[in-house]
Amino acid sequence: MDLKLETRDENGRTIVKVGGEIDVYTAPKLREQLVELVGAGKYHLIVDMEDVDFLDSTGLGVLVGGLKRVRAHDGSLRLVCTQERILKIFRITGLTKVFPISDSVEQAVTAVD
Amino acid sequence: MDAQSSAVGTVAKTESATAVLLRFTPQPEHVRTARLVAVAHARRVGVEAGLLDEVRLAVGEACSRAVGLHQRHCPGEPVVVVLDAVDESDSASGADRFVVTVADKVSGAVPGPRDGAGAPVADGDAEAATGEPDEEELDDAEMGLAVLTGLVDDLDITSGPDGGSVRMGWPVKDF
Repeated sequence: MDLKLETRDENGRTIVKVGGEIDVYTAPKLREQLVELVGAGKYHLIVDMEDVDFLDSTGLGVLVGGLKRVRAHDGSLRLVCTQERILKIFRITGLTKVFPISDSVEQAVTAVD
Repeated sequence: MDAQSSAVGTVAKTESATAVLLRFTPQPEHVRTARLVAVAHARRVGVEAGLLDEVRLAVGEACSRAVGLHQRHCPGEPVVVVLDAVDESDSASGADRFVVTVADKVSGAVPGPRDGAGAPVADGDAEAATGEPDEEELDDAEMGLAVLTGLVDDLDITSGPDGGSVRMGWPVKDF
């Protein structure tokens, strides 16, 4: 399954909607997208993971890399995720303490980071 | 013995007649195939549905790790995965564990706490000298091991002069 990426701007944030599987094969595409956005001056990102079917450590690494990049510009990276099987991976690795996670895009857009 | 038969031999010693054996070139796109086969076989041998996501993630992590190691150090060598249902308790009532072993051909690749996962410690590795992984790759590898150790209770990561292996097991019901 290929990785699907869509981006849009809303309320001063850039929303990256991700669909499909984020793994060792597809993660570079997400990395490229995040790098491109930061390069274009988009420093407040929301990664919507509600349509993600699978996430592995390579995907986590890409998200951590994205967080480092936006923070270097005093930006933020917030996740949207309610899927237990995806949230479990963040909990195992302790990354729930690193990433702010919202239940919906609407909530993420209005959240204060 | 050629490289491929050697790689298979590393993990085939304990394999039973019901085992499924995968051997693939170290390409990231093949990791998904390995995940799909692992889940299909786990389901077939009776691993309960609630554990299948764990099997999928763990096999993916172990294969991603092996692919990364091979790409850096021995890109011509295949990654070998053996999926098997075994009777670990010797109860004679049939298989009670679904065991997956992912074997690599990189010696000394079990990392220390901040060594960088998958960084071989063997001396004289010419490829290691020219193909050092970058910081993000090391972070990924460490994260992969963190996921594996946090996810799988029955986990054994070993390394020897002929390569390493990640062995994972899950209970089987109604085999």
